[in-house]
Amino acid sequence: MKRRDFLFNSIPAAALLPELIDGYSVKALNPLSPLVQALMQGNTVTDHVLVLIQLFGGNDGLNTVIPFADYSRYYNARANVAIPENRILRLQGVSGTGLHPAMTGMQTLFNEGKLRIIQSVGYPQPNFSHFRSTDIWMSASNSNQEVYSGWAGRYLNYEFPNYPNGYPNANAPHPLAIQIGSSTSLTTQGPVVNMGISITNPTSFYNLITGSTDPVPNTRYGEELKYIRTVVRQTQKYADVIKTAANNVTTQGTYPSGNSLADQLKIVARLIKGGLQTRIYIVSIGGFDTHSVQVNTTDTTTGIHANLLKLVSDAIKAFQDDLKGLGIEDRVVGMTFSEFGRRVKSNSSIGTDHGAAAPMFLFGANIEPGILGDNPTLPANATVNDNLPMQYDFRSVYATVLEKWFCLDKNTVGSLFPPNINTQLQTLPLFKNVSCSSTPQPPSTSGDKVIWNYPQPFTQNTEIFFKTQGGHTLIQIFDTMGRLLATPLEKDYTAPATGRVTFYAEGLPTGIYYARFQNGAFQTVWPMMKVR
Amino acid sequence: MDRREFLAISRKKTATKQKTASSQYRTNTGIQPYTGPWTEDEIIHLLKRTMFGAKKADVDYFKNKNMNQVVTELLNPTAPNPNPPVKDYTPSPNANNPDNNIPPGATWVNDVNNDGSIQTQRRASYKRWLTGVMINQDRSIREKMIQFLIDHFGNETTDVGNANFAYKQQDLIRQHALGNYKTLIKLITTDPMMLRYLNGYLNQASAPDENYARELMELYTLGKGPDSRYTEQDVKEAAKVLTGWQINYNTYNAVFTPSRHSTVNKQFSSFFNNTVIQGRSGPTAGELELNDLLNMIFAQREVAKFIVRRIYRWFVYYKIDEATEVNVITPLADIFRNNNYEIKPVLETLFKSEHFYDPVNRGCYIKSPLDVVIGSLREMNVQFRPESDYDTNYGLWNTFYSWMNNMGQNLHDPPSVSGQPAYYQEPSYYRIWINSDTLPKRNQFTDIMLNSGYARNGFRVQFNCVAFAQTLRNPGNPNDLIDELIKYFYRVPLGAQTKEQIKKEILLSGQQWDYYWTNAWTAYVSNPTTTNFNVVNTRLRSLFEYLFKLAEYQLI
Repeated sequence: MKRRDFLFNSIPAAALLPELIDGYSVKALNPLSPLVQALMQGNTVTDHVLVLIQLFGGNDGLNTVIPFADYSRYYNARANVAIPENRILRLQGVSGTGLHPAMTGMQTLFNEGKLRIIQSVGYPQPNFSHFRSTDIWMSASNSNQEVYSGWAGRYLNYEFPNYPNGYPNANAPHPLAIQIGSSTSLTTQGPVVNMGISITNPTSFYNLITGSTDPVPNTRYGEELKYIRTVVRQTQKYADVIKTAANNVTTQGTYPSGNSLADQLKIVARLIKGGLQTRIYIVSIGGFDTHSVQVNTTDTTTGIHANLLKLVSDAIKAFQDDLKGLGIEDRVVGMTFSEFGRRVKSNSSIGTDHGAAAPMFLFGANIEPGILGDNPTLPANATVNDNLPMQYDFRSVYATVLEKWFCLDKNTVGSLFPPNINTQLQTLPLFKNVSCSSTPQPPSTSGDKVIWNYPQPFTQNTEIFFKTQGGHTLIQIFDTMGRLLATPLEKDYTAPATGRVTFYAEGLPTGIYYARFQNGAFQTVWPMMKVR
Repeated sequence: MDRREFLAISRKKTATKQKTASSQYRTNTGIQPYTGPWTEDEIIHLLKRTMFGAKKADVDYFKNKNMNQVVTELLNPTAPNPNPPVKDYTPSPNANNPDNNIPPGATWVNDVNNDGSIQTQRRASYKRWLTGVMINQDRSIREKMIQFLIDHFGNETTDVGNANFAYKQQDLIRQHALGNYKTLIKLITTDPMMLRYLNGYLNQASAPDENYARELMELYTLGKGPDSRYTEQDVKEAAKVLTGWQINYNTYNAVFTPSRHSTVNKQFSSFFNNTVIQGRSGPTAGELELNDLLNMIFAQREVAKFIVRRIYRWFVYYKIDEATEVNVITPLADIFRNNNYEIKPVLETLFKSEHFYDPVNRGCYIKSPLDVVIGSLREMNVQFRPESDYDTNYGLWNTFYSWMNNMGQNLHDPPSVSGQPAYYQEPSYYRIWINSDTLPKRNQFTDIMLNSGYARNGFRVQFNCVAFAQTLRNPGNPNDLIDELIKYFYRVPLGAQTKEQIKKEILLSGQQWDYYWTNAWTAYVSNPTTTNFNVVNTRLRSLFEYLFKLAEYQLI
């Protein structure tokens, strides 16, 4: 088995601890041996922290990052939930794209150069089930694939392969990942064990920090329960370090009240500042499943979705300000994700149904600011099943985080993802050059057509023409529901070149198809129209 | 009973109690028959205490029977006793006398073999078998009563070394576990394992060995309580009564050798009313004097009280305060004596008593490692191979035996003749089971069983959460599902807020609508594809992991 297979391979949690790391049986080794010590330290030395913010329910991306370059198309597609054009928050140096009016905090961050918006992130063959799509986002699997570990779990397993045997130790004294919540997430599930811990019950870390404890009844049962809980605390390997870290920080910035996400992020900032070497934190907020009445009809800038976005925006702004005040903003980046976006066309219940690609936010002092990707082009007459074509595969975002924030080499990063997309992973310009080594900016293509088709419109087949700058070049064909219909080109070019491939569309219904062209860090989506 | 009710009852008890009690969680209930509600909750309480775990199938079986019927059935097993352990090992190459006369898969219990290597292998075989017997227990109190008595007698298999003896002692206990305690004491006095373990086989007129005589009084009959005032001389005299017994290593039977027996009169103290046991000689001397000795000892009221306290601590609660002593121990001891030391009437009264179902006595019992391992395997319906596939079964049972051992309970091998400290050691008792070493192991065990389980010969045993959920009343409703799991796995419900939190964060993956779980469950039931299975399995497994890790899970 090749190493890269080994890293990704979705060994069900059924398997035993991995016995072989580069041919050495780690389990059998003396835990004090230099090799084991080295393995426990983590393969890559970094003080970088990633904070994942999960938006449960499927956030309506089109009302979050609003494409208003062609406002009428946006309005026509979703008149009953549309944000009035004059209320959309403008972004410095950007035309045609703005934020929901509730997101003043993130508008400020954007204008300060601390916010990155990645347009239309998704995956081929989107799944519209919350559970399944959540699992796909957490495991970074393909749509049709069962993967039992999480992307961050595989990363941490690569860095700390013997975990939990011998942990904590002098070199890795702290939790590898912390989730604020009751159960550890699939995101941090390693091939065998979960690499993260959660800090509410059953481990009661949350209570450790806030100082409160669950009441026990004043009975014989309660007496024994109290005793067992005491032992539970004593045996929590990380209880003391977390408590110490929390106690190290006595002053923090101001966070909005009545905002559970802000409460969670406040704890995260406190733990980072307090000295935890934990690399990944996961926080979450739910309620984004806005099938009905996502806006108030009297004022579409208010309502359920507006409230949620305000919570997210205020929390992130307060968190980022706090990080700055605590002097740790260079070490931390945050990233939002949701299991899917919502449909282009709104429904008659003044809501939106499950969709596909949606924007992601990356924030921090060391992110490359601005918008990545094109302003999504909405169909002129949106129909009920229309989804935005994917511009970026979410796994390219993850891969870039691992490569450019956690400083893994590209081959290792590839090995953490499903083998069939190893070669398609893009290194995106998401981070400033300070982080690891610089990422080449995508080649400028302004005024230069890199993909087009002929005939257009077409009736049966059409020829797709492209210009590559050299290197890895990929063309994928999607329908409006995000289904991957074909991959007519995937090739490594040694030099810039032009070429053409055929899109065989016989037997496909008439309508819009998208050719997604990817060349290195660059991507663009080209619409193609099939007619009768 | 819901949580509020539970809390309310405990308050009410305090308010209505007649005697002064310094602590709120005391009770004055006694052995009068329980007349309160008879629901699944009471049945689960009874089953978790008298069997290993309350299997849903057993709860369902008893659901429509009244308390008298249920208790009668639990105390009167009808299932045949299990077949004896079989040869699941290949004789060690170190054995000078390999037991090749026993075919693989045939029982070794009747085969005399004094080779140390073979006996080592048989000891392991015996413990695997005993593990399997408990996992496959019949629907009665039998196996838990056997474990009580094995612990009560405190014989260490490893110390004795002979697995045939261990099996034989276990079998003797099995025959009398629900019979007459005095008869059992008589028989265990000359049980080969006991003779070996407490040196009875060395006890002879010329050099009496007091070991068994002492434990007979201190641990098996009278105890060391303030009302147990036998003297050192009484121990010495009893030792003389017990002289002459030996073990025949060619038959594995006890033999009485009259020439080694002390024929002098044995004079006891005023505690025993200055009884003199007439010295005898000849082949029946040993048995006749033993009868006299036991008649003398069992005439003491303290015997019944001491044994009832042991039973109480095994089945009910470890603290025996003044009220319990007066209202429960003393009347049960009277019943024990009045019934000539028949065990069943005591158990019957106890398990039908107001005291046993008193809310104060529910959920206050910390699971033993047996309860954790055997109980969870049974509650999660883990199935093994047919008896003929002994290699697979014994191999898997070995794993579970090891887990119990690692958690601090080695089958038929307690730390000392006093048995497990959890049942006698002041002031901690049950709490001794739980420490910073054993509690993580309990969590690891359930984690492993939920995630991978164990496989042998291609056959895997593990906790199947989805299959378990399918046996429930309404698994598609996340609230009902959580409530029902809590009903079977916990003795006191969780608070509404906690339930809501675990529902949302685990079963709903952060979504706010219950129907997302319902839809996922329905999708799985109507179309059990791998994907649909995984969607529900991932979440259920996470839920079970969570529930099994809370402190509440350790209490029955």
